[in-house]
Amino acid sequence: MKAVRPSGLALTCYLILLMLPLYWLIKMSLQSNEDILGTFSLLPVNPSFDNYITIFTDSSWYLGYVNSLTYVLMNVTIVLLVALPAAYAFSRYRFIGDKHMFFWLLSNRMAPPAVFLLPFFELYHAVGLFDTHIAVALAHCLFNVPLAVWILEGFMSSVPREVDEMAYIDGYSFPRFFVTVFLPLVRNGVGVTAFFCFMYSWIELLMARTLTLTDAKPISVTMTRTISAAGLDWGLLAAAGTLTLIPGALVIWFVRNYIAKGFALGRV
Amino acid sequence: MARIVLDGVAHSYAGKGKAKADDYALRRLDHVWEDGGAYALLGPSGCGKTTLLNVISGLITPSEGRVLFDERDVTRLATEQRNIAQVFQFPVIYDTMTVRQNLGFPLVNRGLPADRIAARVGEVAEMLDLSDALDRRARNLSADAKQKISLGRGLVRDDVAAILFDEPLTVIDPHVKWQLRRKLKEIHERFHRTLVYVTHDQNEALTFADKVVVMLDGQVLQVGTPEELFETPSHTFVGYFIGSPGLNLIDCTLDGGDAVFRGGRIALDDDRLARVRGRNVALKLGIRPRYVEVLDRAGAETLPAQINDVEDLGTHRLVDLALGDGGPVIRAMVAEDAALPADAAFLRFPPERTRLFADDVLVA
Amino acid sequence: MNKVQNNRAWFLILPVFVLVAFSAIIPLMAVVNYSVQDSFGGGVWIFVGTEWFESVLADERLHDALGRQLLFSGLVLAIQIPLGVMIALTLPTRGWLVPLCLIVLALPLLVPFNVVGTIWQLFARVDIGLLGHTLADLGIEFNYTDDPLHAWITVVLMDVWHWTPLVVLLCYSGLRAIPPAFYQAARIDGASRYATFRYIELPKLRGVLTIAVLLRFMDSFMIFTEPFVVTGGGPGNATNFLSIVLTNWAIERRDLGPAAAFSIIYFLIVLLICWMFYTAITRIGQADKR
Repeated sequence: MKAVRPSGLALTCYLILLMLPLYWLIKMSLQSNEDILGTFSLLPVNPSFDNYITIFTDSSWYLGYVNSLTYVLMNVTIVLLVALPAAYAFSRYRFIGDKHMFFWLLSNRMAPPAVFLLPFFELYHAVGLFDTHIAVALAHCLFNVPLAVWILEGFMSSVPREVDEMAYIDGYSFPRFFVTVFLPLVRNGVGVTAFFCFMYSWIELLMARTLTLTDAKPISVTMTRTISAAGLDWGLLAAAGTLTLIPGALVIWFVRNYIAKGFALGRV
Repeated sequence: MARIVLDGVAHSYAGKGKAKADDYALRRLDHVWEDGGAYALLGPSGCGKTTLLNVISGLITPSEGRVLFDERDVTRLATEQRNIAQVFQFPVIYDTMTVRQNLGFPLVNRGLPADRIAARVGEVAEMLDLSDALDRRARNLSADAKQKISLGRGLVRDDVAAILFDEPLTVIDPHVKWQLRRKLKEIHERFHRTLVYVTHDQNEALTFADKVVVMLDGQVLQVGTPEELFETPSHTFVGYFIGSPGLNLIDCTLDGGDAVFRGGRIALDDDRLARVRGRNVALKLGIRPRYVEVLDRAGAETLPAQINDVEDLGTHRLVDLALGDGGPVIRAMVAEDAALPADAAFLRFPPERTRLFADDVLVA
Repeated sequence: MNKVQNNRAWFLILPVFVLVAFSAIIPLMAVVNYSVQDSFGGGVWIFVGTEWFESVLADERLHDALGRQLLFSGLVLAIQIPLGVMIALTLPTRGWLVPLCLIVLALPLLVPFNVVGTIWQLFARVDIGLLGHTLADLGIEFNYTDDPLHAWITVVLMDVWHWTPLVVLLCYSGLRAIPPAFYQAARIDGASRYATFRYIELPKLRGVLTIAVLLRFMDSFMIFTEPFVVTGGGPGNATNFLSIVLTNWAIERRDLGPAAAFSIIYFLIVLLICWMFYTAITRIGQADKR
């Protein structure tokens, strides 16, 4: 009907540029190391799934994915469980030290993970949690909890107080009101929060690497194994990298509707 | 300023050709908005009045028919090419600008010289009592001041064909509503712009407009002065919707020369009788509560009734009655000091005030 | 919103407090502890007061790294924020293209940091990378392992690739939250596309842009893994950012005292800049109210 607008063209270009590095990764994952180093081509030469087969038949490889997903999901669960009531308190009540508490929480989001590496290492050793999934999940709370409280508080503040009052008049207990009335009203916020927590926990490496050795080692750390005496196995590395995209892609698929509607994050 | 003609306009959101009869948000309609008239579009939510407004403003291109501004076909023209102004339900102001900049914005965009803009803005601000607030940030003003700014942006342009209002008083506090309404009236008297005002509040419509357009289910039921709508509603819905409380409606059948209903009968004049006799139609009698006469003894043309309830409204009383023995409910409005029978009363429906509807349409 | 005074709300805050105290206060105390003591091995610690702070503050390497870090964050913000807003404006508003565009946009966000590094390593290498190879064909010897400028271009490009979508998503939802009446009024008032952006869209985006700038500043200022994987801080010290220097001191060289003092200074700098930015934004907000 209409001719292609310049803005549409610019967007298409941007999206293509965005996808190029990913395409290159996937292309390499389908090739053997020899082919990658041997000839330069835009399309995969002798494509095969050998690299993927290597990963899926070696437990030390695929367990990395299981470990990563385990602590990420634990983290998202913990964060939502503690942040929901806290965000409700901040959005609804005034209490002694509320502002200080809020800013102190936020300030933790500003702490560079590198600062906490060594103390974390020692702390989790001391309490016997070193090299467990829960250790990484707890450590990631450092930056995810403040963010979650921040986002959720914004969403909850936009729900009028009258909703709470009506529910109490109707004889709802607080837990029942919270779960059956309030949560559905802020479900966009919960979706967005879960997305952010998943994202930051999934992509974080520094803490996850420091707090694990073998049993809970994340996939991103496993990837560094491909640096062997014979040099890098680029194909295997690319395949492992490609596989890390899949959980992210799935999460995006699930929250795609929230992204459009609920990303406005309430107020600052 | 312009005379706006809707020529066979109809609109369906389903898209052209695909629409069934029920899909039309706006059924086929011919109407002329006279230059300088103040019109109200009145109807319940979802009756198509906003659709009609958007057809005039150009936000919607009707699926059928033409829109003419002074003989110029503007059906396919975009909003900005039509010279209309609009005030929306929620105040639309430019947050970062001062009131002065807000008012001048439409003129700045049209490239008018600065001194001309300043003069116009000053004039309009004075008209709207905004002179003191000219240098304040628009976002910090009250809702009614913001609506005045929206209106002002329409008034500064002297080329506007019409100013459209889409339920502009929704978010205004009740005690300032009437002030704003009076302001509108004043502006209309002074500038003689064509104003089209959408509302579901009959008070707003009746006090604001010279002509009220009553809509229901995408159809225009009646166009008339407030008085016409009150005295001779052309449709039972108009009768019921206009006036508070609405028209009393009584289902009835014909028996000889009389209209018969539960609890009594009334003789009909020959003229109306001739129009409905022999037709297979549902008949209704209608009478305004204020014309129902409540008497304490039987007389000519009276009907016995039971008083259920009396409500004192300060200036008058509202009497709730049942005709005959548990028949249809009738509401009557009587003067504050009128004597009322204890519970058994007799009603008289003055024939010149009684309306007859066949299939909900007035039998003239 | 009128909030009710209720100190029992603390019970709702308690879980968060305990959790964050465990993962923030205890470690932070350990850091403070290290920063004022010195160890001669064998668990013997002596109090050294502000000695570490003084030596760290005087350290050239820290100054250089801080300068690089500020430059990096500045560059990244200067590119990502305008680019993000522009892309958000070009996104379609309805139809089947919307979910497609959003999904494609969000993909880079969920790539783990070191995989981002790997991707760009693969992408920018001259021998096997599309970018490096293409540039070489155009006659540009692109070599991020030798040339500091090329290393910087790679690192900045990488961050722009990874994080601009976040700005886009935030702005996109901010734009969707603008009621259609505002656009209609702008059309009626004859506003140009630019005027619509300047007077309607930009003011309404202030909230989400504040969040975007804060998040992007924090994360870019703490960047570690991506440059570490691609350049390892090199060539020379060209991409040696604060976190890389810090982990180098703390983990590899075990200079606990200076590393801890460095950590605290680092943390304070982030807090200070965020606070300044936040105050500036609220100032503008309050000035508007007058």
